[in-house]
Amino acid sequence: MAYSEKVIDHYTHPRNVGTLDKSSTKVGTGLVGAPECGDVMRLQIEVDENHMITDAKFKTFGCGSAIASSSLATEWLKGKSIDDAMKIDNMDIVEELALPPVKIHCSVLAEDAIKAAINDYRVKNGMEALESAKSHH
Amino acid sequence: MNLPIYLDNNATTPMDPRVLEAMLPYFNAKFGNAASRNHAFGWAAEEGVDYAREQVAKLIGANEKEIIFTSGATESDNLAIKGVFEMYKEKGNHIITCVTEHKAVLDACKHVEKMGGLVTYLPVKSDGLIDLAELEAAMTEKTILVAIMYGNNEIGVIQPVKEIAAIAHKHGALFMTDATQTVGKIPVDVNADGIDLMAFTAHKMYGPKGVGALYVRRKNPRVKVTAQMDGGGHERGMRSGTLNVPGIVGLGKACELCRLEMDEDAKRLSKLRDKLQASLTELEESYVNGNVEHRLPHVANISFKYVEGEGLMMAMKDLAVSSGSACTSASLEPSYVLKSLGLSDDLAHSSIRFGLGRFTTEEEVDFAIEQTKKAVNHLRDLSPLWEMFKEGIDLDKIEWAEH
Repeated sequence: MAYSEKVIDHYTHPRNVGTLDKSSTKVGTGLVGAPECGDVMRLQIEVDENHMITDAKFKTFGCGSAIASSSLATEWLKGKSIDDAMKIDNMDIVEELALPPVKIHCSVLAEDAIKAAINDYRVKNGMEALESAKSHH
Repeated sequence: MNLPIYLDNNATTPMDPRVLEAMLPYFNAKFGNAASRNHAFGWAAEEGVDYAREQVAKLIGANEKEIIFTSGATESDNLAIKGVFEMYKEKGNHIITCVTEHKAVLDACKHVEKMGGLVTYLPVKSDGLIDLAELEAAMTEKTILVAIMYGNNEIGVIQPVKEIAAIAHKHGALFMTDATQTVGKIPVDVNADGIDLMAFTAHKMYGPKGVGALYVRRKNPRVKVTAQMDGGGHERGMRSGTLNVPGIVGLGKACELCRLEMDEDAKRLSKLRDKLQASLTELEESYVNGNVEHRLPHVANISFKYVEGEGLMMAMKDLAVSSGSACTSASLEPSYVLKSLGLSDDLAHSSIRFGLGRFTTEEEVDFAIEQTKKAVNHLRDLSPLWEMFKEGIDLDKIEWAEH
């Protein structure tokens, strides 16, 4: 199967690989997927007092599309408010990376990781968790 | 050195130029139908087929009358299993095979079950070999056939065929083996090994695609299979259809070259394979799958824990290899062969099969080692699982959200 140039670019030069301090109250962590299914994403955000995302990091175990989806997600998250970040839809990722139908689940997983990270931050800071994950397909 | 490098010789092999040369006249000058008995065109084609039949028989220690030409190993497997069942079903309806067989054998057995047959699928041990005591225990008065592969296509392990044949024969059953990966790679002798039926194909031994053979024993005992295709009664009535003369000539030439060169090839390739394997298992948390002693000389199947196979293959873009993970087919199913060794799904997803061949050079192997190491390290830097492992977190204790 041929990958799009954008997938190859993110895969070869992944943006924002790394780890934030998950014990910090400013950091939200989302860990989604399962090793048995062949993909696990961990996405982390650092949020300031105005609920703006100042930093985002990821690590992903998975195929090229899964790595590219999470790399792209970290790029999009930086500079967004957590409310705006919650609106990122998996189909935006599919479109941007030109993912084929068999790889749509990678984008769904990235969206789940974003929502899980935001919710982790919200719960840590006394807010209620918002709409839950999209996957479980 | 040309890129990409081909290390998927268990999927198929490039054709040897000497095989192509032998085939060419049979596409034009000697185009005749080998069944045309009354003119020179037919005789020339028949002569080519007869010679090829001798070349094939000689490689496996058979008589040329015991070679049935087919379209490939899948057809040979089907003809052997369904053909034996139909021929001998009055005697018994039980067949024994094993879970790591190729789909051509497993699905032919499933077909037999639909026709009223009873099939036992033996498990394998963690090294990929069957347990002979379990085979012995599974034999019944109704067992007519034991079908166990010679060398496995994914992990290369070689089953103890002589012992398996002896057990089958002791209980009055026939022994059939799918030797697609084995014939032409290591010495196979149908008499010394006690084989009654054997499937193999040209394109795994540097011959053309679309042609293979089924060995069917003629003496002690005389074995017969019911034809699966109706027609002109070619191949002693067991396989109708005009013979693929150029293909058969190519199979013959490929067999002859293997007979003359396989000892040297095997020596050279096992050295290269061992080098590849030793270098790659220097990486932390990498494991060889399958028994390493009883194994084909040119195969190594290695799992790299905490990286995913498809992502890994993408990083190894200059290497043509095969992954134990079938993610690319959208099924997300890891290899059933690796799973039957007891590998967890994540390890099965993380495995790569390296298949060397006659045209593989040491320079290519060195390049493959370097690129694989780089790819594994790159992906581990990206892998949350690797980070957790390094922190001493037990991944089995985490509650993953299965999706």
